[in-house]
Amino acid sequence: MVVEEIRGKSGGENGNYDNFPVGMRVLAVDDDPTCLRLLETLLRKCQYHVTVKSQAREALQILRENKDRFDLVISDVHMPDMDGFKLLELVGLEMDLPVIMLSANSDPKLVMKGVTHGACDYLVKPIRIEELRNIWQHVIRRKKFDSGKQNKCTDQINNCQASGQGQMSLMTGNVDQNGKFNRKRKDDDDESEDNGDENEDPATQKKPRVVWSIELHRKFVAAVNQLGIEKAVPKRILDMMNVEGLTRENVASHLQKYRLYLKRISSVATQQANMAAALGIKDSPFVRMSSLDRLGDFRNLAGSGRFANTALSPYSANGMLGRLNSPGGVNLHNLTSSALIQPNHAQNLSNSMSNAGKFHPVITPGSQNGSLFQGSLEMDQLQKNKCTTEITNFNSMDDSRMFTAASAFTNTGEAIGSSSNYLNGDPNNLMMLHGNSQQALSGGFGNQSSLNMASFNAESLNGGVGQSSNFLDHGKFNETWQTIQLPKVQSNTLFSAEHLQDQLPLNTVRDNNSSNSPHLQNNPLDISSTTMASRPLEDSRGEIQFQEGLVGQNSDTIFGSFDFNIPANGNLPPSSKSLDQSTGIFNRKMEMVVNSRLPGGASTLMQRNEIEQSNTDSRRSNENFLLEQAKLQGGFVSQSYGSLDDLVNAVVKREQDGNISDGNFGFDDYSFGPGI
Amino acid sequence: MERNLHRQLANMKKSLFDQGYLDEQFIQLEELQDAANPNFVEEVVTMYYRDSARLIQNIDHALEKNPLDFAKLDNYMHQFKGSSCSIGAKKLKNECTQFKEYCETGNGEGCKRTFQQVKKEYAALKKKLEHYFQFARQVGPVEKACRPK
Repeated sequence: MVVEEIRGKSGGENGNYDNFPVGMRVLAVDDDPTCLRLLETLLRKCQYHVTVKSQAREALQILRENKDRFDLVISDVHMPDMDGFKLLELVGLEMDLPVIMLSANSDPKLVMKGVTHGACDYLVKPIRIEELRNIWQHVIRRKKFDSGKQNKCTDQINNCQASGQGQMSLMTGNVDQNGKFNRKRKDDDDESEDNGDENEDPATQKKPRVVWSIELHRKFVAAVNQLGIEKAVPKRILDMMNVEGLTRENVASHLQKYRLYLKRISSVATQQANMAAALGIKDSPFVRMSSLDRLGDFRNLAGSGRFANTALSPYSANGMLGRLNSPGGVNLHNLTSSALIQPNHAQNLSNSMSNAGKFHPVITPGSQNGSLFQGSLEMDQLQKNKCTTEITNFNSMDDSRMFTAASAFTNTGEAIGSSSNYLNGDPNNLMMLHGNSQQALSGGFGNQSSLNMASFNAESLNGGVGQSSNFLDHGKFNETWQTIQLPKVQSNTLFSAEHLQDQLPLNTVRDNNSSNSPHLQNNPLDISSTTMASRPLEDSRGEIQFQEGLVGQNSDTIFGSFDFNIPANGNLPPSSKSLDQSTGIFNRKMEMVVNSRLPGGASTLMQRNEIEQSNTDSRRSNENFLLEQAKLQGGFVSQSYGSLDDLVNAVVKREQDGNISDGNFGFDDYSFGPGI
Repeated sequence: MERNLHRQLANMKKSLFDQGYLDEQFIQLEELQDAANPNFVEEVVTMYYRDSARLIQNIDHALEKNPLDFAKLDNYMHQFKGSSCSIGAKKLKNECTQFKEYCETGNGEGCKRTFQQVKKEYAALKKKLEHYFQFARQVGPVEKACRPK
C-alpha cells in the first residue's frame, strides 16, 4: 500500500486518484457500534477514506445523494432496519457500486446468498486487516469491466500493487445462478454487443458516470420496446434514443441490466413465495436484476408519491401496464412510454419531494404508480416478500420509476413485500409488479424525488401495511395487503422504501400505525404515513409529510384503483373496475387479483400483512408488495408479458381461494431476521 | 520501576490470553491503537460492554418467555456473538456458539444453562479488562502489542 497523501477526491468523482487504493472511498454500514468502530479503524489503517453509517437507510440516503461519492460499500448482513442483502441489491441496482458483505456467520448458505445478490465479496467477522487490504480489487475489477466507465482502470491497475488476486471469493462473476448473478460481467454473454469497440481507449479517459434518469430510462425502454426486446441492440437503441452524450457502452450495460431485470421479474413471477408465510419468506433468490440499475429513477417516482387516489385508475389507463407487453414480459417500456405519469406530476412530486417531504398529494396516475411502485420496489427489496405485484395502482408512477422500482424489486428478488402478500407471489403478481414498476419508472421524476421516492415507497408500502393493520383485522394478509395499501401508499411511496424496509415488518407497521394511528385511520394513505412515521424515518421525513398530505386523498380512490385482489381477505371487492378503466387490461386483471377494497380491503390486506410478518420480513413484504403493486399498475395493462396473465389468473385463483396469503409474487423474502 | 510496571502489565495480558479470555483479535485491536487513536482498545471495549448490556437483557427476557422463541434468541445471540468476537473475547465467543447450537436444536434448557455461563464469562471478562485498563493507564502508554507466546 502506498503510503502517500490521499489525493483529494471528495465526493464528486469516481475516486480517480493516482495513489489508489489509498484514499479509496468506502462506506461502511453496520448496526453494531463496536463492530462499526472497529471496521472504521481498520479501514482507516488501510488508508482508505471511510464514512460510517449505522443504519442501512442512512447509508442508502447518502449514496443516493451522490452516487459518485463512494467507491465501495461494506455492509453487515444482519441489520435491524434493513436486510443487508436488500441493501446490497439496492446499491447494486441504483448505484452499481461493489458491495462487500460482512457477517459473523460464515454459513455457506449465506455466503451463497451474498453471491446471488451480487455481493462482490463476503467477509466473516472478526475481520482482519489483511482481508481489508485487498478489497480495492473489487473496485478496479468493476471499473475495468464496466462497459460504461472505462476510466481509471488502467491507471489504477498500474498503480495498484499486484496483490490483487486476493479473495475473489465471491467475485466470480460466473456465479450465475439462474442468471442471477448479474454484476456486470463484460466478458460474458450479453455483453457481446459491447465488446466491440467499447474499450476504446478508455483507460485514460474518464467518462462521467451516466445517470439513468427516469426520462432517459423511459426513452431507453421505449426504444427497446420499439425494437422488440429480442432485437434490441445497443447501437440501435442508442440511435433511437438519440441522446447526446450517451455512448453505446452506456446503453449496452444498461441493456444488460435491463434484461437481467426482466429475467428476474419473470422468474420472480414464477415463484410464489409464500407470502402468507409471514412475510418472512426468505430466500428464493430473486435474480437480481441488475438491469435496473437506475433505480434512482424510480426512486424519483417513488418520491412523487403522488398517488392520487384517482390516479390509480387513470394510471392504468395510461397503459403503463400495457407496457408490460414487451417480449421480455416486462413491459417496462410500455410503461415508460405511456408514462401516464404526467411529467408535471413527476415534477410536482419531485418538487414535493424536494421540499423535504411536502409531497403534494397529487397523485397523478402515472406518477403515482411510479412512486408506489418504487416504494414497493423498495419494500420489496427489503422485504423479501413476494408481494404480489399488484401494484396496479401505481399508475401514476413513471414507468421508469416503476421499472426501477420493479427492478429494484425484482432485483432483490424479494417479492415486493407488500405485494407479495397480495398475490401470493403469483407470477402474475410479478407481472403486475412489474407493470407497476414500469409505471413508476416512467414517472421520470426528479432525482431528488427519487430518493424520496425510494424511501418513500418503502415507507408508503409499509405505511400501507401499517394501514392495513388498521384496516385489517386479520393480519393474515399482511403481505398481500400491503400491496393494496398501495393506494395509500402512494403517498407513502414518497416515503423511502428504505424506511419501509427498515422496519416495516408488518408487525412493525402495525406499530407504526399505532403511532400515527389517528392519522392513518383516516386514510389509506395514512397508513403509510403512519408506518412511515413510526419508523425512524430519516429519509422519509419529508415523505411522511407527504404521506400525510396524501393521506387526505381519498383512500377510496386509491384503493379503488388498486383493486388489488386481496385474496387474503377473501373479500376483495371488485373494485378493480376502476382500475380497469384506467389501466385497461391491467385493471381487469387487477380486479381479479386485487379485489381489495381498499379502504377496507386494503386494510385487511395490510393487516394481514402485518400479522403475517412478524418482523422485518413483513416489512419487506410490504415493500415488496408496494412495489408489486406499483408494478402491477403499470405493467398490467397489456401485458404481453405472459406472467401477467398468469398473475391475473393466479390472482383470480387466489380470489377463489380467498387466500392470498402468499401475496408474494415469488419474491424472495429477505429475511432480515436472524442470523444473517 | 517503570519497567516492572510494564512487565506486570504484559504479564496481565499474557495471563488473559493464556486463560483463554482473549484471542488474536484483541491483539489486532491493540495494533490499531496509535497516536491517532490512543485509547482505542479501551474505547472499543467500553463501547462493547455498553452496547452488549442491552443484548444480554434482551436475551434474558426472551429466555423467560414460554415457549421460547428460538429464532429470536438466535438472532440476539448472533448480534452478541458478533460484537464479542470483535473484541477478541474468546471464551465468550465459544459460549455464544454453544448457545446458538442449542437454539438450533431447540434445546431450551441447554440455552438457559449456556446463557448462565455466558453471563458469567461476560462479567468475569469485564472485570479483568477493567483491571487491565486501569493498570495500563497507570503504567503509561501501552506498549506495542506483541503476540503471546
